[in-house]
Amino acid sequence: MATVIKLENVHKTYHTGEVEVLAVRGVTLEIAKGEFVAIMGASGSGKSTMMNIIGCLDRPTEGRYFLDDIDVSHLDRDELAAIRNKKLGFVFQGFNLLSRTSALENVELPLLYTHDHVTAAVQRERAVHALQIVGLADRADHHPNQLSGGQQQRVAIARALVNSPAVLLADEPTGNLDTRTSVEVMGVFQKLNDEGITIVMVTHELDIASFTKRNIIMRDGVVVNDTQVERRSFAETELRNLQQAQQAVKLST
Amino acid sequence: MRIMATLRMALRALRRNKLRSTLTALGIIIGVGAVIAMVGIGNGAKSQVEAQIASLGQNVILVFAGNWSSSGARSGWGGAGTMTVDDAEAIAREVPGVIAVSPEIRDRQQILANGLNWNTQILGEGPEYLDIREWPLEDGAMFTEQDVRGTAKVCVIGKTIITQLFPNEDPIGKIVIIRNIPFKILGVLTPKGLSVMNTDQDDVIIIPYTSEMKRVTKRTNINSIIVQSSSPKTSDAVQRDMTDLLRQRHRIVPGHDDDFTIRGQQEIADAATATTRIMTVLLGSIASVSLIVGGIGIMNIMLVSVTERTREIGIRMAVGAHGRDILLQFLIEAITLSSLGGVIGITMGVGSAKLLSAMAGWPTLISISSVVLAFFFSAAVGVFFGFYPARKASRLDPIDALRYE
Repeated sequence: MATVIKLENVHKTYHTGEVEVLAVRGVTLEIAKGEFVAIMGASGSGKSTMMNIIGCLDRPTEGRYFLDDIDVSHLDRDELAAIRNKKLGFVFQGFNLLSRTSALENVELPLLYTHDHVTAAVQRERAVHALQIVGLADRADHHPNQLSGGQQQRVAIARALVNSPAVLLADEPTGNLDTRTSVEVMGVFQKLNDEGITIVMVTHELDIASFTKRNIIMRDGVVVNDTQVERRSFAETELRNLQQAQQAVKLST
Repeated sequence: MRIMATLRMALRALRRNKLRSTLTALGIIIGVGAVIAMVGIGNGAKSQVEAQIASLGQNVILVFAGNWSSSGARSGWGGAGTMTVDDAEAIAREVPGVIAVSPEIRDRQQILANGLNWNTQILGEGPEYLDIREWPLEDGAMFTEQDVRGTAKVCVIGKTIITQLFPNEDPIGKIVIIRNIPFKILGVLTPKGLSVMNTDQDDVIIIPYTSEMKRVTKRTNINSIIVQSSSPKTSDAVQRDMTDLLRQRHRIVPGHDDDFTIRGQQEIADAATATTRIMTVLLGSIASVSLIVGGIGIMNIMLVSVTERTREIGIRMAVGAHGRDILLQFLIEAITLSSLGGVIGITMGVGSAKLLSAMAGWPTLISISSVVLAFFFSAAVGVFFGFYPARKASRLDPIDALRYE
């Protein structure tokens, strides 16, 4: 399988005043096309910094990072922005949708900054298609405050998908959601992954990580564990289990 | 990024905070409105003065008998008493480029007619006087060269004289008595209104200068000579030649001051418009200060807006906005705000200028150029005061911006 993400001995050091913080110290990692990876670790383990580097929001202080065979370690701000626009889709913990802006326009946002010119009609078509993938085409003109948390996150996923990125990056995508909605969102991810989209997700929840195919555990800025998931959870099964549990509660009362 | 999409985004962002946008734009509205109204008033006053200058006639040069000094004592204007009708004739004869000349004697007299009396200005002039000043008659005719030679007892009168002495009467052919001498009225002048010096130009009786000198004042010298040159181009040469001629005729040795003063129409116009020009500049600059204050208001609100929308900026950057996309977005927002304010301000400024001229009777003149200038200036205020907040937004770090609460 083709390698999409390739990190070679990546370091990241922050200078805060006199103190040097070694957030990431020597990570070498390859993620192939079609993988579904969870990066896990306690806070301070360096997983967020890793995510920022993989997401081209930050540059490694040392080492090299190839995204889709492009060395992005030394690109400037604008070049990184262009890479983010073309190759990456972001899903955040806090959804980060633009308020008072319709779901459709939120999904269109990355297309506004795409430099190969597409007409407004094509833009709209692509945004509607992305909303269809996450099953929210009927909510296209709803504003975020008219949508539930799970729906908002699905709009965010549609936004991440609209430019057909090489990698979908999710930073604690279920952190603000209840169990049931979390499972639903993971179901969306699993479906997308089944269709061949590479997903890298940061989480600290083990049960969420079990929906992925590969778990990378970080501690003190290094990878301490990198394993394929053996007993994988599937959203459909889990949802059924949840339903049964709920019914059991109802029956017993 | 497309300009249209950015513009739509800016308009939406402004609509979101209607009250705030309105108040911010109000600063510009007041500023631009004040500039437009003030400059309109200034220009109105200027054009009024210019119209008065134009009422002097075309390419007119005035030669005044000057002051004269002896052992340090200096007489006032005209005190020299050295200007004569011969001087006027010499100018007409010898100076090239002169097309008309009229000697002038000014005097004030109590006049009688119809059992009424009135104190007015008596002008002794040549027959070409009205042509030089482009002052047509409303009725009747001007006295002729023959009247001048014959010291005829004839006159033409201004509109004010009619109101004072001949109410409800046709004055042509009637008699008006100046210093016990009856003068026959030949013609009535069209009203000319106020002069540059704000005197009533229609409160006048014009008689042949010979009659004035021999019959009324018994003077041998004249106050001034009114000269018309053939074109504005020859005006300088004519002035120079006249100076030489008069110095020679008055036997003024080099190194001594002239005993006369020559003033071209342009100089008179410059002097008269200088005041109104200063007034325009003064009013305009005071109004500009409020425009700058409005600009600072925009900057203030844009800074608040950038801080408020830090997360939005972070999201936009994360999905691929370049720094310049963000810069453009906020800059267009500021420009939209200021130029909308500009357009409304122009409307208000024009409106209040019209209102002022209607209510207070002040002449106002709003030129297209000042409107266009005000519009671009207000847009420039947006660029100038919006740039710093927009640049601040464009330089945010996407990671920090996304994490901003």
